[in-house]
Amino acid sequence: MSRLRGWMACMALSLSLAAGAVDITLLPDPVLQERYEALTHELRCMQCMNNSIADSPVGLASDLRREVKEQLIAGKTDDEIRSYMVQRYGNVILFSPPMTSSSAWVWILPALAVIGGLFVGIRIVRRRSQLVDTDDSDVETQDTR
Amino acid sequence: MNRFILPVVIFVALAGVLYVGVRHSPNKSTMVSALLGKPVPTFELPVLGAPGRTIRSAEFAGQPWVLNVWGTWCVECRIEHEALLAIAREKRVPLVGLNWKDEDDAAQQWLATLGDPYVVTAVDKEGRTAIDFGVYGAPETFFIDAAGLVQYRHVGAMTAEVWEREFLSRLTTRGLP
Repeated sequence: MSRLRGWMACMALSLSLAAGAVDITLLPDPVLQERYEALTHELRCMQCMNNSIADSPVGLASDLRREVKEQLIAGKTDDEIRSYMVQRYGNVILFSPPMTSSSAWVWILPALAVIGGLFVGIRIVRRRSQLVDTDDSDVETQDTR
Repeated sequence: MNRFILPVVIFVALAGVLYVGVRHSPNKSTMVSALLGKPVPTFELPVLGAPGRTIRSAEFAGQPWVLNVWGTWCVECRIEHEALLAIAREKRVPLVGLNWKDEDDAAQQWLATLGDPYVVTAVDKEGRTAIDFGVYGAPETFFIDAAGLVQYRHVGAMTAEVWEREFLSRLTTRGLP
């Protein structure tokens, strides 16, 4: 029985390694655990830009995970932990940074592009629909003109 | 002719946006510290090579000083070491070492063989002080003015050119109270 259990533990370990599990931190409380996992997935690993600290094996990421864990246990709110990170690393550490005056164009520009595209599209359709009414010339002569 | 103006304007605008985006993309050399203009993080850490002694950031208050984050595991730190030794010889400003997530023995041997540019080296074994400074990769070098405010952070190897352009210029304009 104990041999089976050991074998199962080995399987579980190798499976979790195969799945690329970097972080095996367990917090005493399931609610804290959930918040821990959410927070570590929304904080950027500053050494490997497109990973979260939950997914990154580098030393700094594990230091930041330790910080998140300790602050959760100390009773800090999610916002307090986020602002702790932002104070030190800047907004770039958040995967979804807040809208600031310097980053607002990221939101505004796509909207402007859509409005501009609609405007151009409507103008083209209008002009063409006018052509149908007024243009009675032969198709071939128009092509060779 | 008129019909070409709008596409050209759009092309130029888009190229401009992309150019700015590429220039400001967060890579290691352009990332600006979140600490600029803010008070230097406080620390009290063991001194390398002096068991039982600690060093506090408050001990440097009232004068400009420079903090260099390094580790023996860091290749760029080896590259910048000559430049740090030259800076130390100038004696313009105290150069403080922060030995980040390193082994004491290896660090002491590093300084013994390569030379020690630091007035003192603080040992940050757990990396907590480095987090307070927003360090994300060694080497990083911070300039702290006489009022205790962080004025500049350089990421990557220190060179004579960077020292002169970014640090010495701030030493004369902001370093003195």
